[in-house]
Amino acid sequence: MILRLSIASLFARALTVGMTVLAIALSVALFLGVEKVRTGAKASFADTISGTDLIVGARSGSVQLLLYSVFRIGNATNNVTWESYQDIASRSDVEWIVPISLGDSHRQFRVMGTTTAFFEHYKYRQGRSLAVSDGAIMDDLFDTVIGADVAATLGYSVGDPIVVAHGLASFSEHKDQPFRVSGILEKTGTPVDRTVIVSLEAIEAIHVDWQSGAQVPGQSTPADVIRQMELTPTAITAALVGVESPLQTFALQRAINEYDEEPLLAILPGVALQELWGIVGIAETALLAVSAMVVVTALIGMMATIFSSLNERRREMAIFRAMGARPLTILSMLVLEAMVMAAVGALLGMIILYVGLFIAQPILDSAFGLWLPIDAPSLREVWVILAVICAGAIVSMVPAFRAYRMSVADGMMVKT
Amino acid sequence: MPKRVLDISNVAYRWPGRAGFSLTVPRLSVAEGESVLLLGESGSGKSTLLSLICGTILPDSGKVCIAATDTSLLSGGARDKFRAEQIGVIFQQFNLLPFGSVLDNILLPLRFAPARRKRAGNAAAEAAALCAALGLPEDTVATKAIALSVGQQQRVAVARALIGHPPLIIADEPTSALDANSQAAFLDLLFSQTTTHQTSLLMVSHDPRLGERFDRVIRMEDIAQIKRAAA
Repeated sequence: MILRLSIASLFARALTVGMTVLAIALSVALFLGVEKVRTGAKASFADTISGTDLIVGARSGSVQLLLYSVFRIGNATNNVTWESYQDIASRSDVEWIVPISLGDSHRQFRVMGTTTAFFEHYKYRQGRSLAVSDGAIMDDLFDTVIGADVAATLGYSVGDPIVVAHGLASFSEHKDQPFRVSGILEKTGTPVDRTVIVSLEAIEAIHVDWQSGAQVPGQSTPADVIRQMELTPTAITAALVGVESPLQTFALQRAINEYDEEPLLAILPGVALQELWGIVGIAETALLAVSAMVVVTALIGMMATIFSSLNERRREMAIFRAMGARPLTILSMLVLEAMVMAAVGALLGMIILYVGLFIAQPILDSAFGLWLPIDAPSLREVWVILAVICAGAIVSMVPAFRAYRMSVADGMMVKT
Repeated sequence: MPKRVLDISNVAYRWPGRAGFSLTVPRLSVAEGESVLLLGESGSGKSTLLSLICGTILPDSGKVCIAATDTSLLSGGARDKFRAEQIGVIFQQFNLLPFGSVLDNILLPLRFAPARRKRAGNAAAEAAALCAALGLPEDTVATKAIALSVGQQQRVAVARALIGHPPLIIADEPTSALDANSQAAFLDLLFSQTTTHQTSLLMVSHDPRLGERFDRVIRMEDIAQIKRAAA
């Protein structure tokens, strides 16, 4: 009966209570939304590369290697010689190996030289393979496959010629050997979307007339001559490796790290991703803290609402007292009321979150490659809601205690 | 000598925070089934006296006995429960919780008084019977209290005070918000109920014209003294 009267009392003050509940709902939706984006971003991040057991590159830091080989951020300090690559490739525990050669760019996008094995072995988001949405995988020396963002940003379609620039953000373009777009990849939400992929030989081909980073003056080898040349690279930037059996991963990693001929580094992508996430995690925590503050603000707003309602409800409390309610009953009624508001707010926030997710999911996926799964509320989210209700109860103690003191002082006679 | 429902002896009360202000009531008693009108101007200490009787404030000295129980010996919580069990209260106005239904309002004291609830038997049925006896339409029970007229609200307050038959009804100027005709009708209904159930009634008013309907009329200035500090 008390609960029913409390709810009836809340309904009687529908406008202010509604505003308070809405504020709590929005703050909870924001908090849970940030949490969703955070876990989604983390998952998307981890989904950038899957199915690869080791990444091999010149010895540097594991995060650095991961950044330049997978995320195309930063540069390699050194290369891996073709001989070392061959050595690793020929090991019996290596099931497959995909060489990657970076260093050139097209407009703002990086060019990556690799083999067709890349399309077979590079996996993202729990083992999904790359797929061509238009055209085909390159089969000519001057063919290129471009990521979805490259095609969308530069307006390329299959058959368009493109010119590759040497180095990054450079004005010296390899004008002699224009490439042709042979295929456009489907959107993946990974850095592949922003990559121009050519064959490993093509990277060699465009550097035929170049020495020490500059074109040899007056020298220009025609394309059909280049086609006749031996275009085996002398070095690559990194390699993706798959092992025969997962058990061999660590042995292979150690073998590569202790390789005598050249200082190399082999990393487990998952471990390096964790390491990287550890760095990014600070911003994530800050974001979470800010949204938690918003929840606290909403609860304090509720406290203010209860406070301001106390005076107009003195008579109501006096009636309760006259009917035999103890001051403690008055206190618990106010706390109960706050808990009802917080609970309704939290649940409404949950609904807002899910409706928002439902609307935003496809947009976020296509715009940012951020896939937010719509799951049943996790245990963590249930805890968040319980925490909000408890915090609401605690916060309401302040006005409730004031009401307690008022009802002791007033008794059943309101002095007006 | 008939049983006393209310018996006050040598009660003294000092208002907190106002040094020198004090109320003393040497003697006031109400017998079972008796109706008493207590006349007093505003500022005569009526409200304080009612609070003392109801046990929301405690006397500094003296005894307030209700149904042969000295309420000052009870703990705070027990006193609240005792009030719910023994006393039906009717205010001047704004008696009801506006957001609750009439039934909710009538049953409210029973929520805090288990024995009274037991006495009421089928509480909803008794509430309906009281409403009928007080001339409220049958369908009022489910309506929200705020939708009623002032006169109807006062009758609901009477039903609430009477439910479960507490031995004592305290009414604080219940008719002051009503016009003369309604006043008479209201008192008719109130008296018909208190006589049926042998309920004692202590009503406070400033209007001496109501006196003829009561067994006894007492004046505040005859039974109580207010001391004011020399200015």
